[in-house]
Amino acid sequence: MSEPIKNRYEFVLFFDVENGNPNGDPDAGNLPRIDPESGYGLVTDVCLKRKIRNYVETVKEDQEGFGIYIKENVPLNVSDKRALSYIGQKPEGSKDLKKSDPDADKKILEFMCRNFYDIRSFGAVMTTFVKEHLNCGQVRGPVQLCFARSVDPIVSQEVTITRVAITTEKDAEKKGTEMGRKNIVPYALYRAEGFISANLARKTTGFSEEDLELFWEALINMFENDHSAARGKMSTRRLIVFKHSTELGDCPAYKLFETVHAEKLPEVQFPRKYSDYKIEIRKDASIPDSVEFIEKI
Amino acid sequence: MSVGVKVKIWGDYALFSRPELRAERYSYDVITPSAARGILEAIYWHPGMRWQIDRIHALKPICFTSIRRNEVKSRIPREDPLTAYNGGKGESLFLNTKSDIVQRSSIILKDVAYGIEAHFEMTEKASPGDNPGKFKDIMSRRLRKGECYHQPYLGCREFPAFFCPWDEGEEHRGGESRDLGLMLYDMDYSNPEDIRPTFFRAKMENGVIDLRNCEVLR
Repeated sequence: MSEPIKNRYEFVLFFDVENGNPNGDPDAGNLPRIDPESGYGLVTDVCLKRKIRNYVETVKEDQEGFGIYIKENVPLNVSDKRALSYIGQKPEGSKDLKKSDPDADKKILEFMCRNFYDIRSFGAVMTTFVKEHLNCGQVRGPVQLCFARSVDPIVSQEVTITRVAITTEKDAEKKGTEMGRKNIVPYALYRAEGFISANLARKTTGFSEEDLELFWEALINMFENDHSAARGKMSTRRLIVFKHSTELGDCPAYKLFETVHAEKLPEVQFPRKYSDYKIEIRKDASIPDSVEFIEKI
Repeated sequence: MSVGVKVKIWGDYALFSRPELRAERYSYDVITPSAARGILEAIYWHPGMRWQIDRIHALKPICFTSIRRNEVKSRIPREDPLTAYNGGKGESLFLNTKSDIVQRSSIILKDVAYGIEAHFEMTEKASPGDNPGKFKDIMSRRLRKGECYHQPYLGCREFPAFFCPWDEGEEHRGGESRDLGLMLYDMDYSNPEDIRPTFFRAKMENGVIDLRNCEVLR
């Protein structure tokens, strides 16, 4: 595995949706998430993380070191117990583990980070360990994502659909079709921002250059393998990465984010496609030259 | 010897969970001293120093919004260790099936900005070469250049905090005074086996919470 990353990064990601629901709101009957005051659409950080995990899982197929900790159909404690067996300890005796091996929690942490891509990048909470007085409970990963927000207020549209196949026989006697609902956003461009801390990579999880490349790849391709009836057409449109020359960074993050402007073209009233928008990078004098602007796509 | 700093922090959202409402999280009205300390530590911290929050200035009106998300249920019941050893098909955590995710709502703050006045004290872990001036210089440089150990956050990592040095005279909202009730002050880590929360009675006067002489309740 390659070395932990040595630079701080920030990134701005633009993705769009066409006739789909990027992220349903369980509070609002699965309508697209919306900021009730301003009408801007939202996509939660965890929604995007799920897609990154899915992408890595698909591409790496559980290859050594690229396991995904949080996925379907395997109980939580399996991995925790494996860590214990890795350091040569029966799980029953783990209460006293700390006494016999003072570095046990470090070893477990290291094991988990080495094996699971998502723990290396996003961190994890390993509660079982805390219960057993091993303090590797909370791992903060270097990658930090925030809510994505649409560039313009969105309108969500309810589409009523019918189906001819009826679920129960009893219903089938009474009616010929059933009605269903879909909620879609006709078009929206979303902007997400994120941070990558080189310090947490070096000191805690060992998130490497190789992992970083995979992360960019995941951001670019995360929607390509996530098509479904609900999502419509979603794709990553732009990924702008700010690479600092040092671990701690050269410039405040907000200044870098402010350099990226997305606007719909003045003649467009109802944006319906990506080309209705213009994304510009306006670097000003307060941004030091040591920050590298990388346009991944 | 203590040295003070003034930092402005802001962000789109914030969630400073009330410990009494944790399953469906509900934010305090303003940042807690412990969250503010966490933010300063994300910018700069050293074992030889301890941050102490003096005053919190709320620079924007208090405004809430809510968000509901699918989350992993708090703790999964312990499996029979043998099953866990042998039965693992892969090495994963269970997330997607109905039984193990829950939908939780969080009531979060929107569009926040705070002015934090704080100082640090030296601790016995400081090495002989350390002195307050050095720490102060490092902190000031980091604030000016936007350097940080990791990006600080407003209660939860998905709500990043932006920061810069703060000049108090500039944009002080003032005005609002209210009793915010009992608030979390910080965790008491003096006994690592038994970490306990401490509380204080938060009173905001003209948008300022003064922590310098507050009574800390255990």
